[in-house]
Amino acid sequence: MRFGHIMARIGRWTVLTLGSAFVLIPMLVTFLGGFKTTGDLRANPFGLPSEWHFEFYGTIVGDGSFWQYMGNSLLISGLTVFLTLIVSAAAAYVFAQVRFFGLKMIQSYLFLGVVFPFATAILPLFIKVRDLGLLDTYWAVVLPQSAFGLSLSILLFKTFFEQLPKELFEAAYVEGCGYVRFFFRFTLPLSTPILATVGVFTFVSSWNNFLMPLVVINSRELYTWPLGMMQFRGEFLVEWNRTLAFITLTILPAIAFFFAAQKYIVAGLTGGAVK
Amino acid sequence: MPAPTVYATEASRTGRRLKDGPYLAAALMLPPALILFTLFVVLPLIDAGYYSLFKWNGFGTPTDFVDFDNYKRVLSDPIFWNSVKNTGIVLGVSLLIQMPVALTLALLIYRKTWSNTIFRMIFFMPFILAEIASGLIWSFVYDGNVGLIAGVFRSLGLDPVFILSDKNWAFVAITIVVVWKYFGFHMMIYIAALQGVPEEMIEAAKIEGAKRARVIWHVLIPQLRPALVVSGFFAVVGALQLFDVVIPLTGGGPSNSTHTIVSYLYSFGMVRNRIGFGSAVGVILFIVAVVVAVTYQKALAKGATTK
Repeated sequence: MRFGHIMARIGRWTVLTLGSAFVLIPMLVTFLGGFKTTGDLRANPFGLPSEWHFEFYGTIVGDGSFWQYMGNSLLISGLTVFLTLIVSAAAAYVFAQVRFFGLKMIQSYLFLGVVFPFATAILPLFIKVRDLGLLDTYWAVVLPQSAFGLSLSILLFKTFFEQLPKELFEAAYVEGCGYVRFFFRFTLPLSTPILATVGVFTFVSSWNNFLMPLVVINSRELYTWPLGMMQFRGEFLVEWNRTLAFITLTILPAIAFFFAAQKYIVAGLTGGAVK
Repeated sequence: MPAPTVYATEASRTGRRLKDGPYLAAALMLPPALILFTLFVVLPLIDAGYYSLFKWNGFGTPTDFVDFDNYKRVLSDPIFWNSVKNTGIVLGVSLLIQMPVALTLALLIYRKTWSNTIFRMIFFMPFILAEIASGLIWSFVYDGNVGLIAGVFRSLGLDPVFILSDKNWAFVAITIVVVWKYFGFHMMIYIAALQGVPEEMIEAAKIEGAKRARVIWHVLIPQLRPALVVSGFFAVVGALQLFDVVIPLTGGGPSNSTHTIVSYLYSFGMVRNRIGFGSAVGVILFIVAVVVAVTYQKALAKGATTK
């Protein structure tokens, strides 16, 4: 029994170590590869650089276009988060607080988007964006992204709003506060946890989105970082070290953001997913 | 026309009502969502159905009505069926390999200790990286000249292989990246569910002398049912939408053998300006998604009643 116990422990740690190696090694070699020359990369793909070269990271950081890609992505993600939060929280509030004939149908209509694969409508979406004269603008990415995020966000907000204490409504009534004011004065300030969760998820999916900007953005000045990265990869096809440095620089903020926001990410998975 | 019954949830319970009416709130707060959703989700879908009946390059207005020609063309294209097969493979790998692996790891590290927290974060990390970055990282790993696999082969004294240009192995390589990227996500769903299982339940089973494997099978798995359902749903939706990972790895090649449905749609519809054709692929994808979702929900409802 005791022997079996020890074996189980060893087995457990072996599995966990192998799993971690599988996850971390590709990331680690990417990070280190950015410091190696092409020759070094070829001779020694695993180990530490035989000589640390900082110029590959340096040229990217020193190049304005890298910061422009990051700035565009930040702006687009920020606008998407803002629009998604305000529009879906407002709609969810109505579904949570008001009842009238037909409202359930409107709600089902908006929930259609939960199972809708984004890519299904990508071509007509391109035509629509073009016909609206939005092609090659930030809005061409922001509006469709927000629209496709609505269903799930409304669902999460509605569930949360329905769990808010009912006594508040009483108090608001005594104060003579209306529905719309109640939303801004009480519902929203009390909903920071869900706002943060939905905000974080919307931000991450917008930041990482590739297909939407790929289809509607043409000019380099408006490129988001995934587009910029693919462009960069195309330019330095054989110089893997430069691409690796570029990848590292773009995923570092994502990892930092993950550690800062992990509370909300985990809350989103447990709250939104399991219930 | 009779006035619809208007009342607030709370008001109906207390017999009172807030000052400015629910109508005003609905009139102000619903339209933004409705407009955004209709304009950018519902209308494009309807348009896809319409465009799919035309041969159209996207310029001007569609006039060349071709009936169901585009659908016939899609459905008789071996590359399309191969992309369907690939999408199926991704789904199969997700359900049969990724989910069991994720569950095993979740069982190993669901308890709240500091070492478990670290492992949890490591395993979850790939999920927050962009698919496109993950694809690029792995296309380096697989590179036959400088990559890790090349290094392993060379150190064994073998000739380096170019996995991603090998028809037999390229898609296998893609599925490995998919597992790498998403197993941590599924694991987190299971961990959250496992932490909700009362510890006494597990202890009670142990005292009765149940072996560990039996505890897992009879106590934990039934408790995990909702989590498994959710994670299965994400696996299906994810497989149907897979695109970003494929582009930096193979771009659908070699000789179009590694397309997924979405990368097929992009390469043969968008890139070649065949809006009608691409829309037909989109409509087919939509139908598949709806059928899958409805079937899944039905199966779910059935499971819930027998529980």
